[in-house]
Amino acid sequence: MTDHERFDTRLDRFVDSYSQRTKGMRVSAVRALFAVANRPEIVSLAGGMPNIKDLPLKGIAASIATMIETNGVQVMQYGSGQGELPLREQILDVMALEGISAHPDDIVITAGSQQGLDLVTRIFCDPGDVVLAESPSYVGALGTFLSYQTQVVHVPSDADGIDPEALRDTVRRLRAEGRKVKFLYTIPNYSNPSGVTQPVQRRLDVLATCEEEGVLVVEDNPYGLLSLDGDPQPAMRSFDPNVIYLGSFSKTFAPGFRTGWVLAPHAVREKLVLAQESATLCPPVFSQFAISNYLSTQDWRGQITVFKDMYRERRDAMLSALAEHMPEGSTWTHPAGGFFVWVTLPEGIDSQAMLPRGVDARVAFVPGPAFFADGGGARNVRLSYCFPTADRIRTGVERFAKVISGELEVMNTFGVHVSPTHLRRAPGPGPDLS
Amino acid sequence: MSVIVIAGGLSHERDVSLRSGRRVAQALRDTGLAVLEADVTGELVSLLRSTPDPVVVPMLHGGLGEDGALREVLGVLGVPFVGASGAASRVTFDKSIATSVLAAEGLATPRQIALPHDIFRELGAPALMEAIGSQLGYPLIVKPSRSGSALGVTVVNDPSALPSALVAAYAYGPVAVIEAYLAGVEIAVTVIDEGSGPVALPAVEIRPESGVYDYESRYTAGATRFVTPAELSDDVLESASELAVAAHRGLGLRDISRIDMIVDNGRPVFFEANVAPGMTETSLAPLAIEAAGRDLGEVMARLVTVAAER
Repeated sequence: MTDHERFDTRLDRFVDSYSQRTKGMRVSAVRALFAVANRPEIVSLAGGMPNIKDLPLKGIAASIATMIETNGVQVMQYGSGQGELPLREQILDVMALEGISAHPDDIVITAGSQQGLDLVTRIFCDPGDVVLAESPSYVGALGTFLSYQTQVVHVPSDADGIDPEALRDTVRRLRAEGRKVKFLYTIPNYSNPSGVTQPVQRRLDVLATCEEEGVLVVEDNPYGLLSLDGDPQPAMRSFDPNVIYLGSFSKTFAPGFRTGWVLAPHAVREKLVLAQESATLCPPVFSQFAISNYLSTQDWRGQITVFKDMYRERRDAMLSALAEHMPEGSTWTHPAGGFFVWVTLPEGIDSQAMLPRGVDARVAFVPGPAFFADGGGARNVRLSYCFPTADRIRTGVERFAKVISGELEVMNTFGVHVSPTHLRRAPGPGPDLS
Repeated sequence: MSVIVIAGGLSHERDVSLRSGRRVAQALRDTGLAVLEADVTGELVSLLRSTPDPVVVPMLHGGLGEDGALREVLGVLGVPFVGASGAASRVTFDKSIATSVLAAEGLATPRQIALPHDIFRELGAPALMEAIGSQLGYPLIVKPSRSGSALGVTVVNDPSALPSALVAAYAYGPVAVIEAYLAGVEIAVTVIDEGSGPVALPAVEIRPESGVYDYESRYTAGATRFVTPAELSDDVLESASELAVAAHRGLGLRDISRIDMIVDNGRPVFFEANVAPGMTETSLAPLAIEAAGRDLGEVMARLVTVAAER
């Protein structure tokens, strides 16, 4: 039976050439299960896509057409590595709503705040350095930190966000172990995934702790203006000019432009500009002018109010459905803004293990381990209310509750009271999944 | 003739199915055929009815794609398709039924027990698990009876891990198969029938870097080493080919199938048959076709012709 030549292959001729930082970049069964999430039969409570159907599309289209007619040669040309000055000036108006006072020279435009996060990590972190993060933290940030081969250490957090005492203890313990702590990454407003907001006093306490311990703070604030129960909280950056602030138009306008910014102290900003130039030459010029155009020709403040009214209805639908359907032993956060509710399941349930049941029940959710770098979150689930309608949210939560009940029934049969699966990080869905 | 590759669906394996569908569709196009790609949606029946002389290539994995349901519908509509009939697919997709059928035919199969969750609840899980462990011995493999891509599959080395493995398997369906673990060389033999009877292609030997051919190892390029034909003696390879063809015939399959087996002390033992073998960039059937000196598009085009003339 040796008529055939023997083929010996790993199906990737470059398999031995990849960098160490690709080690964790593997196909995942969990992520594959999200492939059904964009089918209309599925109620997706998984993704974090903003609902932009209420944007004034005709007005935007007309103003962008005018922009191209009158200034097409510039808006489709290379631009500044730091980003276009008119937009940086307008961003000051946006940040003023959260109490930030700054100079346009201190802003670097990025391809979404996700790229800002990438650049910040790039200029600060060497392999093995420690990044501190809330517990839980944003899945996209964890991916960035890990791709730079840092170690993410989660700081214990409560209903008001990061615990300052635990933060202090963590920093001191790590330093005693000889570890380099590079920065604290935090989403103080309506955090993704927890929905938790740090009250002002907690922000001040965290800042004071970081000041005392010499830890840089990176504040990520994509949801800050989407406050559903009152005025926006003052940003941490408004209290401390040494905070690196990441801003975004993805939730207050539209994510497709991939435009965000970093506000940073002078020396940091200089390095960010050079890093940006080496990464992309310049951030997308057309997007910057389109957003600048939107800010100058459309009622963007009024549009944020429209968004808030819509998200409030959906948030309320989710919270009331959770109260109606969730089994005993479940708890969840009550976000005052943003997109997400963080659910804690009855003891022993593994949220990742029950994901296939969700597919069968036609509901998608993100298991908690996606938001931890250390295998935590097995009992947790992130539910998003930003994209489905209120009716779909109610249907989705009802299905979700039945999934939990089904899992509980099987667990009780076998007397399983501990999480049966992995102690490793699992990915979340891609950004395009609703 | 219009070729329609159906891929996607709402199963746990939608992602894999879409990849298989894309690859097969492109391979067929490269042979000069006109190919449509379709998902399982409310418009599918209309598409099938409105397309002149359709021939379907079902590339659905799991769920409605492999359990025979869609193939029954194609039969009702009178649309020819590549692969096993609905009835044969239904038997094959259920691992416990397929194994029983082939065991009854005298083929080498693992000792296994298939049980729904309800029976554990009714009879009491601890006593039943103990009885199963005593009967089959450890290590065991626990898997959903109707699933693919190693989803929900766990190797259980001792009794303490059995409850969690069962919980994981039942997340994918109501019946779990508990099987005696066979240590040995894992191989896959693709069988094709181009009109003159089923023929086994060279066996592909699977050597996952991690030691376990799980979902990651299956679909991450570079994570598994494939050796074709498998580095086994000619006698063993011949036995594997015979087992594959016998399983293909025994389950009433047609056109194409992939028979997975473990070579245990020189003896190939069947453990799974696939009526819609994966055709992704890391799948086994395309490797076997290539090792046989054939082209994927050419083979699939030939099977399309066979189906159209059936």
